[in-house]
Amino acid sequence: MTVAATTVASRVGRTAAVTGRGARNPWVLRVGSILLVLALWEWGGTAGVSIAFPKCSETLAAFAAMVADGTFAAAYAETAGPLFVGVLLTGVGGVLAGLVMGLSPRAEWMGLPLFIVLQASPSAAIVPLITFVYGIGFAAKVFAVVLLAAPVIVLNSYRGIAHTPRSLLEMSNAFLASRWQRVWKIVIPAGSGLIFAGLRLGLAQGFTGAVLAELIITPTGVGDLITYNRSVADYPRMFAAILSIILVASVSVTVLQRLEQRLFRPEMRLA
Amino acid sequence: MTDGTTSRAATADRTADDTPAARVVDLVKDFSGGVRAMDGITFDIPRGELTSIIGPSGCGKTTTLKIIAGLVEATSGRVEVNGVQVAGPGPDRAFVFQDFALMPWATVLRNAAFGLELRGVPRKEREEIAKEYVGKVGLARFENSYPHQLSGGMRQRVGLARALAVDADILLMDEPFASVDEQIRRRFQEDLLRLLSDEKKTVLFVTHSIEEAVYVSDQVVILTRGPSRVSKVVRPGVDRSGGSDSIRRSPEYLDWVEQIWSELQSYLET
Repeated sequence: MTVAATTVASRVGRTAAVTGRGARNPWVLRVGSILLVLALWEWGGTAGVSIAFPKCSETLAAFAAMVADGTFAAAYAETAGPLFVGVLLTGVGGVLAGLVMGLSPRAEWMGLPLFIVLQASPSAAIVPLITFVYGIGFAAKVFAVVLLAAPVIVLNSYRGIAHTPRSLLEMSNAFLASRWQRVWKIVIPAGSGLIFAGLRLGLAQGFTGAVLAELIITPTGVGDLITYNRSVADYPRMFAAILSIILVASVSVTVLQRLEQRLFRPEMRLA
Repeated sequence: MTDGTTSRAATADRTADDTPAARVVDLVKDFSGGVRAMDGITFDIPRGELTSIIGPSGCGKTTTLKIIAGLVEATSGRVEVNGVQVAGPGPDRAFVFQDFALMPWATVLRNAAFGLELRGVPRKEREEIAKEYVGKVGLARFENSYPHQLSGGMRQRVGLARALAVDADILLMDEPFASVDEQIRRRFQEDLLRLLSDEKKTVLFVTHSIEEAVYVSDQVVILTRGPSRVSKVVRPGVDRSGGSDSIRRSPEYLDWVEQIWSELQSYLET
């Protein structure tokens, strides 16, 4: 027992020495903070904050039931289409647009203001307008996803590219890199941190866009789970639907982070 | 590697040994806004020797080096390498950066092989060459480490290995030891001299340390304050046979340090 405790203590000590305070044992901290939030939720539900605020345990039970009876599977199958197409379009197009703006002053001059304005505009208010142009079908939902995800992806990619360390550019120049080599071997890996941060935020925004479209335009998919259960006052199921969105979004964002490390920044796995 | 040595020997035979490896002729550089930084800098860089540039801070030492590298354009004047005027970076020159300029996402080996990678040398071949130089600069155990895992001195050794791996005639070093502490600096100077005598490179070295300039150089180019010109070119030629400590104590060495210091001092008064 003592031996085990010492080993753990020394390992914890070593990690602390490497990463500094506050990250002594990430797993304990992570699980602890999740449990704390769930406990507060349970307490809030019992204390009667509102009749529309269910207890944590009720919500988790509803969540399990919805997984078991296939409600989630059906709803996500519906939402996934526009979300996937929208995020893919914005991911590829947005990173490319950011790249071009970061590399060419003229494209920067023309494109940057558009995306800054778009980022500052209240997107939720624009979503209903989409129906005038694209109706209430698949295209409208894809457009909602793109509208919310694009600014953050484009602007982050642009910042990542425009702020490539000068010394690395000079180094690639001194060692005779072609323009293409410079972009592919220096500019993109150097900007990958910000590009992928943009993709992660964009993915999260894309979720918001997809759900927003389902709430505002046509009640289908996951958005409909929220709307429907609210209208029949089944709050545990409504909260379970919201919880599922948070879970799916977090998992996708983590997967994207792993992908970045694998593709461009192997040293971060050691850091 | 035998190939590299032969070709270098062949080049040395073709161009008689007393022609300079590079010449800097009447370089003028105006910065945007019309401030004249350099006003007609002229000097030769003898083949197979180590030339250092020293001068008051802000006198354009690094700019001169970057113009020779082809990284910065001169307003007028020219740089010739092996008798040919340079118009941009070329395979005959390799640069060692003051801030190392290593790619944080690449291992020591990939960083060292990067110049060859850009030239399209196949992976196996370039890694073999890079491995050799990583070993020569004393980092054999760190091939698969990333820059953030190394100390400043070790990072600069990677920068040196990268420059040596492309087998350029001329090595341009921009204050390579500026961000390295004093003890490591001295070790590094020794290692550099030993390596250079093996590799028979021509080196141009920017430094702000007079001791360093006298210790490592065959020739020292002293620049004036901006708009800078060449104040004097001296050849300390300190006898290095007696080991580093005896050199640093030798009257000859101390005389040169003193002489360069008094030369520079006249430009420091404001």
